[in-house]
Amino acid sequence: MKAIRILGRSIRDSFKSVFRNFSLSIASIACTTITLILVSVALIVSYNINNVTKKLESELSIIVYLNKETTIEDVDALELQIKNIPNVNSVTYKSKDEWKLEMQSYSDTLDTTLEYLGSNPLLDSFVVTVNDVNDFKITADTIRGYDHVESADYGAGMVDQLVTIFDLVEKATFILVIALILVTAFLISNTIKLTIFSRRNEIEIMRLVGTSNTTIKLPFLFEGFVLGILGSIIPIIITIYGYIIVYDRLDGYLFSQMIELVEPLNFVFYVALILLVIGSVVGMFASFRAVKKYLKI
Amino acid sequence: MKFIEVKNCYKVYKNGVTAVADLSVNIDKGEFVFVIGASGSGKSTLIKMLYREEKPTNGEVIVGGINVAKLRNGKVYKLRRKLGIVFQDFKLLPKLTVYENVAFALETMGLKESEIRPKVLTALEHVGLKDKVRSFPNQLSGGEQQRVCIARAIVNEPKLLICDEPTGNLDPDTSKDIMKVLEKINKELGTTVIMATHDKEIVNRMKKRVLLLENGVLAGDYLKGSYKAHESN
Repeated sequence: MKAIRILGRSIRDSFKSVFRNFSLSIASIACTTITLILVSVALIVSYNINNVTKKLESELSIIVYLNKETTIEDVDALELQIKNIPNVNSVTYKSKDEWKLEMQSYSDTLDTTLEYLGSNPLLDSFVVTVNDVNDFKITADTIRGYDHVESADYGAGMVDQLVTIFDLVEKATFILVIALILVTAFLISNTIKLTIFSRRNEIEIMRLVGTSNTTIKLPFLFEGFVLGILGSIIPIIITIYGYIIVYDRLDGYLFSQMIELVEPLNFVFYVALILLVIGSVVGMFASFRAVKKYLKI
Repeated sequence: MKFIEVKNCYKVYKNGVTAVADLSVNIDKGEFVFVIGASGSGKSTLIKMLYREEKPTNGEVIVGGINVAKLRNGKVYKLRRKLGIVFQDFKLLPKLTVYENVAFALETMGLKESEIRPKVLTALEHVGLKDKVRSFPNQLSGGEQQRVCIARAIVNEPKLLICDEPTGNLDPDTSKDIMKVLEKINKELGTTVIMATHDKEIVNRMKKRVLLLENGVLAGDYLKGSYKAHESN
């Protein structure tokens, strides 16, 4: 019962304080808003890149051609062998007749040529997808070493470069998001320090009349929480409406059909939730840090 | 019965100044004690050690069964709830009314509004300020502000009232009124009162036990009324 009363009074006091020190509150809210907008942009960009990367990666595969002498038993044995490589995700058998049909559908010229040849000059093959594209080359090399394998290719140069670039961009945006969160924490902490500095007398008197540290801290914690929430309102609105509008304008694609944007629904709400959590937690953490200094009297 | 026990207490500040050296003194329940001495004699340090604004460097300070030297920062409130402190500079919150200033401590302890109200009004009655509950501190005179501070100190019915130069900022007539209030609290509520002061006139008139500090050392412990005689010698 006592705890509930103290909690209630803390919440009441925190709201009072937000409005009493309105100019300083506005400063905290503004800096939270600005940094959270940046965090939001970084989050959306990094998630989209991740999405595109995943999509491209899932489309990348190693084509393993088998030489002409391979028997049906050999095919089964080899399939098992490839499947046992840890990095291999799936192995699909694609016969030379399937290749022929696919090629014939590409163009009339190929169609006529293949018809003219009579017998099928193509090779049977496996289409292998992998778990980790970074180890593409190693996997391909391993497969190349097996019996009955004519060749194992994956469009080497282009894929390697693409993989490195995506990896780099992903890491960079991740670091950016972390850095932005730290900056937000620092800015809110400093602004709340200012509000607390003007109230250090109050804290001193509380300490002297026998208020426990927890009771002193609570209103400041709630204040940080409230400031964080208030600061994340505008970024959330911008995220939700902004992304939906941009998505509609671009019809879901950026630059070309290759870069497909993430569907806005649900995704924007997740981002909004993340922003809310970052704002409130960072606000609480910041004011916790700021008030600690004055609890030593 | 011993209420405050100071045993071989030393206090050395970080800058090397020894404020209190080998001080031992006992104070019983219900006593009224003056702590006097020139500036820098260590009387403020002694007073501050009683409510743990300062920690003794060596030795023991025991207040109402709590060893102040061993009290952790997070537990200090337990000591301070047992005592009331009156300051020279009042330390009232300017944005709160007289009533709110006195109720402040009880509120942060989580008491019910219905428990707080009678306690606050009783405390204000003791200091004779019942008609000023809605005033703000800056609408009051110095003496009235000090009385609010006393009311805040006694609202939790402490066993010990610590006063650090409570009349330091007040004129002689107002000081007299404040002393009357403190004496009344000492007599009627049985509260132990310890008061640091350098106002000799008050000390002579009140005829109470006096602890005289000189350069951080206890230079004299005079029983009721014997201090004045000593001074005239």
